[in-house]
Amino acid sequence: MDLNLTADEKAFRDDLRAWLKENVPEPWPATLGTEQTPEYAQYLRDWQRKLFEGGWAGVSWPKAYGGRDATPIQQSILLAELIRTHAPEQLGVIGEGLVGPTIMVAGTDEQKARFLPRILSGEDVWCQGFSEPNAGSDVAALGTKAVRDGDDWVVNGQKIWTSFAQFSDWCLLLVRTDFEAPKHKGITTLLVDMKSPGVSLRPLRQMSGDSGFNELFFTDVRVPVANQLGETNNGWRVAITILMNERANLGSSMFVFIDQAVKGLIEQARTLTKNGKPLSEDPVNRQKIAQAIAELEVYRLNVDRALSGLTKNQTPGPEGSMLKIYWSEMYQRIAQTAMEVLGDVSQLAGFDNGNCIYRYLRSRGSTIEGGTSEIQRLIIAERVLGLPKSY
Amino acid sequence: MDFDLSKPQKLLQQSVRDFCQRECPAERVRELMETDTAIDDVLWQGIADQGWIGLHLAEEYDGLGLGLVELAVVAEELGRACVPGPFLSTTWAATLLSLSGSSALAEKHLPQLIEGAGKGTVAFLEEGAGWCLSQPQVTATVSGSQVTLNGKKHLVTDAGVADLMIVAARGEQGLCLVLADPSSDGVTVEATPGIDSTRKLAQVTFADATVPAANILAQGAEAESALKRSRQVGIVVVCAEMVGSSQWMLDTTVEYAKTRKQFDQLIGSFQAIQLKCADMFLQTESSRAAAYYAAWALTEGTEDAERAVSIAKSYCSDAARFVGGTAVQAHGGIGFTWEHGLHLYYKRNKANEFLFGDATYHREQIARLTIDAA
Repeated sequence: MDLNLTADEKAFRDDLRAWLKENVPEPWPATLGTEQTPEYAQYLRDWQRKLFEGGWAGVSWPKAYGGRDATPIQQSILLAELIRTHAPEQLGVIGEGLVGPTIMVAGTDEQKARFLPRILSGEDVWCQGFSEPNAGSDVAALGTKAVRDGDDWVVNGQKIWTSFAQFSDWCLLLVRTDFEAPKHKGITTLLVDMKSPGVSLRPLRQMSGDSGFNELFFTDVRVPVANQLGETNNGWRVAITILMNERANLGSSMFVFIDQAVKGLIEQARTLTKNGKPLSEDPVNRQKIAQAIAELEVYRLNVDRALSGLTKNQTPGPEGSMLKIYWSEMYQRIAQTAMEVLGDVSQLAGFDNGNCIYRYLRSRGSTIEGGTSEIQRLIIAERVLGLPKSY
Repeated sequence: MDFDLSKPQKLLQQSVRDFCQRECPAERVRELMETDTAIDDVLWQGIADQGWIGLHLAEEYDGLGLGLVELAVVAEELGRACVPGPFLSTTWAATLLSLSGSSALAEKHLPQLIEGAGKGTVAFLEEGAGWCLSQPQVTATVSGSQVTLNGKKHLVTDAGVADLMIVAARGEQGLCLVLADPSSDGVTVEATPGIDSTRKLAQVTFADATVPAANILAQGAEAESALKRSRQVGIVVVCAEMVGSSQWMLDTTVEYAKTRKQFDQLIGSFQAIQLKCADMFLQTESSRAAAYYAAWALTEGTEDAERAVSIAKSYCSDAARFVGGTAVQAHGGIGFTWEHGLHLYYKRNKANEFLFGDATYHREQIARLTIDAA
């Protein structure tokens, strides 16, 4: 057991810090509703391009595909530093983290040559079409169908909760291609050009007021068979690879994100007063804030432990489920703690730039998106603890 | 960065686990907890012969010179088997002895403790005072070559079997750590049965108890820093013990859920039980990360070591109680019986929650170190 960064890890971090210092752009002015504008999209594309040119895109990809063979620990250093320096969100996150690695495993040589370089350079932005209105936790029950017609698949159906769809050039789409087979065995993965006729989208407004997600509609969309990823009806295997990667990915960036919230809370509690005394001197508040600090630190340790395991064993396993439960439920508790400590004024939109309200509301979605807390617990029960499948 | 135990650490873990299974199975734990002292001299000598007492102490005192991660590895396995006896008490006393100014006393007594020839404890808590390092009420009055102790300590672990007791007293220079012999004149040790029968507690009264002035280990600031550090080491032991204990309760519950049937189905196939098991897993693993990080940080002397120790103690205390309660609930009626082993762990963990300060105490330490320092 040695938790010091190795020389390689340290060098990676120092290079990165130096580069970020010179290259992180001014933050986008945070006004609710601007996330859907073309200007914002361009701002994010420019940043993705800059990352690529600096050699910081796809760092975990193999060298053969233009990456740096970075370890999960180095990748996590990158994610953490990006958030720490308030860098823009990464438009390429789905392409780089989920679609690219999946194409590397399941794609043909032509697909690899065609898609991978453009993901890395940020020319192509990707989204993933998994969830449907009637296929949430039970993703394999999806009903968007594709019917073969000559050299094309013809797709009809609807997807929901699609992040980045408004900016995307391509979509990794799960469709049903066999209606007779058991639900896991009739799914195929398609790579769909978002500019294809028949694709339309509608932003989905969340309770927090912003619209990071979309509904996607497919009406007689023709997808060439050449853009099928992997074998017909073997798409569930592809999906599982992606879901595992998704859970393993988020860890370190969520730490830094919530850490900023806790640091902000400490600062406010020291500054704001009640009955003439700083909030931070109240013993009950001290207990609550200390609990937040402790939970967050234990989360950091859990992430480091998972990353060090991942660096040795390579394949993400069900431990990602534990991290997902931990950070999302902690995020809710800490958002609540902040409002308890800061009191009545924290409900105002003008207080702390609306951050208190935002976190309190947005965190409700965190325990649902990317697999609900309940599904994650059942994954742990079944795959880690070896209990019988219950659904 | 490598969070995993190293090969030698894993070998140590396996050998402690094997030893506990062989030398201290559940039936033996039960036999010992029914005795007045909960000690088995053969078992104790066995633990000492393995080199596990003072394994983190310098080789000049017959220790193994290993780190606190190794100490945590041993404590986790002892906790998993709920091994009775003065491991924690002796480790605390030995650590304090090694940190105090007097190398003569350390040279004289440490090898005995480490070899298993003697057992130690520290008398710290007093009625009406908690774990803060405030001025003790027990007094140490020096007169010529003698020190006279007066006053009362309570909740002293394993005082009934200790050959050597370090008393936190008030002297002329503030805190004064004095080495006493519990069997000497003027010292009365009275058993005070508590919730955990596997680690006995006692009240210790000093009525003009005299010891040679040479038995003063340390005074003033030096005594405070030695006591603080030794308590941090004690916290590592207690936290690791709670991790082992939580692991046992989780494993036992999962095992039971795979065999127990109700409504003609394994209860482990019910989501109500599965969700509970997943929660126990999450908190057990998180406790492990917190406890081992504290051990590592303290060994390395990192800047955040003190905070890491308080975070571990607050997190592990709450988690062990949660895991224990959930384990009993998931078992149903059998989990509530005397005959089932769960209550031994549930009780040990309650006592462990208090040792060296409970979660609330340590959250205040976290607040002091983080909020006030911001």
